[in-house]
Amino acid sequence: MSEQVLLGLADDELVLGWRDSEWTGIAPMLEEDVAFSSIAQNEIGHARAVYELLSDDADVLAFDRAPEEYVCAPLVQLHLLDWGRTIARRWLYEVADEIRITALMEEVPLAAKINREEAYHRMHAEMWRERLAETPQFRAAVDELWPYALGVLPPEQRAELASRAGRDEVAAVERGANDAAFTELHAEMTMVRRSAPAGAQW
Amino acid sequence: MGARRSLGGLMIYEVFRQDRKGQPFEHAGSVVAPDAEFAEAWAREQYGRRGESVALWLVPRDAVHVVADWADEFDLKYRRVDGYSIKARLKEARERAGTAGAG
Repeated sequence: MSEQVLLGLADDELVLGWRDSEWTGIAPMLEEDVAFSSIAQNEIGHARAVYELLSDDADVLAFDRAPEEYVCAPLVQLHLLDWGRTIARRWLYEVADEIRITALMEEVPLAAKINREEAYHRMHAEMWRERLAETPQFRAAVDELWPYALGVLPPEQRAELASRAGRDEVAAVERGANDAAFTELHAEMTMVRRSAPAGAQW
Repeated sequence: MGARRSLGGLMIYEVFRQDRKGQPFEHAGSVVAPDAEFAEAWAREQYGRRGESVALWLVPRDAVHVVADWADEFDLKYRRVDGYSIKARLKEARERAGTAGAG
């Protein structure tokens, strides 16, 4: 298993956790606010576990890299201010993530552990998708995000994603181009860490 | 109850949680959800995300038969052990039996 694949997985989970945490306090319903924030924290927990496979200090990987060194998919970087688009991303991400995680399970025991928790994230995403599926906003959001969703997976896993999502494969938005919105997010999320002297204990 | 539960198709589900297997379920709170599926997803995150529950019961509030009205015309405290002093009676009985002070 290449470290780059695991780093991509961890960075995706971290950054989606960051992005979804932006809904804390402002989700459309109180119950969903708590649930969505909890799921976002789970994703950050998965990121930590995978970083710990790659390094003795997960914080160094999570916070001390330059923005261009993160290898997260553009899908998770998008700053979405709309609930329909946020749910569309969550659903597309979970469908893609399941393909990736189950492919890793034999080689990486941690992937099986993550997969057991992701089962509830999928349940949550699927239930929202069912509820919003017929709304024009949600359909437009899935259309918009589909090329990004394909970019979560390596080319050989994309046909499976297309089949599960019931869509055609198109040109994917590939990893490796972190945009200005990501730089801004990164600056905000590493602010506290950078404010303390190197080697500070928390 | 009917009027309170129809908040735009939302229902109140009362949530009971169990700490450990074999322990009684205790009322933990409630979630407001459009259906049982949402209620489950939300209750999992609200009442189980820290591993504090091994099981949850979700009960639509509608299914709860509430008993909350009581007649208390005759001050029912005489039926409770703490509402009835036997100290004086016990002393009298002991004196009659000639065992005063023995206990």
